[in-house]
Amino acid sequence: MSYGKPIPGHLDATFTALADPTRRAILARLADGDASVMELAQPFAMSQPAISKHIKVLERAGLVSRGRDAQRRPCRLEAGPLAEATRWMARYRRFWEVSFRRLDAVLNELKSKDVKRLSRR
Amino acid sequence: MKGNETMKITTPTDRSIVITRAFDAARALVWEAMSAPELLKRWLLGPPGWSMVVCEEDHRVRGAFRYVWRGPGGAEMSMRGLYREVVATERLVRTESFEVAGKAQGEKLSTVVLADQGRRTFVTLTMLFPSREARDAAISSGAAPNYDRLDEVLASAFAGEFQKSASER
Repeated sequence: MSYGKPIPGHLDATFTALADPTRRAILARLADGDASVMELAQPFAMSQPAISKHIKVLERAGLVSRGRDAQRRPCRLEAGPLAEATRWMARYRRFWEVSFRRLDAVLNELKSKDVKRLSRR
Repeated sequence: MKGNETMKITTPTDRSIVITRAFDAARALVWEAMSAPELLKRWLLGPPGWSMVVCEEDHRVRGAFRYVWRGPGGAEMSMRGLYREVVATERLVRTESFEVAGKAQGEKLSTVVLADQGRRTFVTLTMLFPSREARDAAISSGAAPNYDRLDEVLASAFAGEFQKSASER
């Protein structure tokens, strides 16, 4: 895997899609199983066209696919881009975690030096 | 020794990254470890296989700093900038420009705030980038330049360290 390039276009779409709380709620619902637009719209105080718009954004980001059933066209969660989005941040996170763990070690040494300095007085 | 404290990374706006972490030490010690060159060189090493070879600090308003890291095959990256605010043991604001393989990246504004949290110190690091693209690129880079052939080596080195820390918890 390659990391050192700017964020790829499709991941950019993933993050844009994830930035909205309604869309995150839709994904959470789909994690429990496939659902039609009508079913997805139920818990929200939103019209079906408004929900459809959100689903289109999720589809474009590759986070949701639609079934072939012409009537229902059930929505399905696609986990791939989510996993990739998490990995994208992972290396950056590890960089800081590793650095801060080293800082912990430096601080522990400074603390023990301080104790010695004080006990010598 | 207690395991490491929980670190949080958030992106509260399109152009920013905020990192928070508690350290089990008094504020004055954390400040010292984050500003004394001989101590900075010991923990801000860059990715595995890299080390900080130059650490120049002039901790005053309008003072400059310059860090240079050297990695496998003599590759270098550097960061330089100017201090805008310096409140000893409390707050530091500076500009930061990262340069990798002679290519300068956009200048960002970095703010470090240290706060008491019982006997510990809570550190908030805020980085404000010139654009969303610059912010995303910084995260993508993993805070280090990418060398495709080395990627696997680096990943396995990181995995080793990561597992170690996980088992310490």
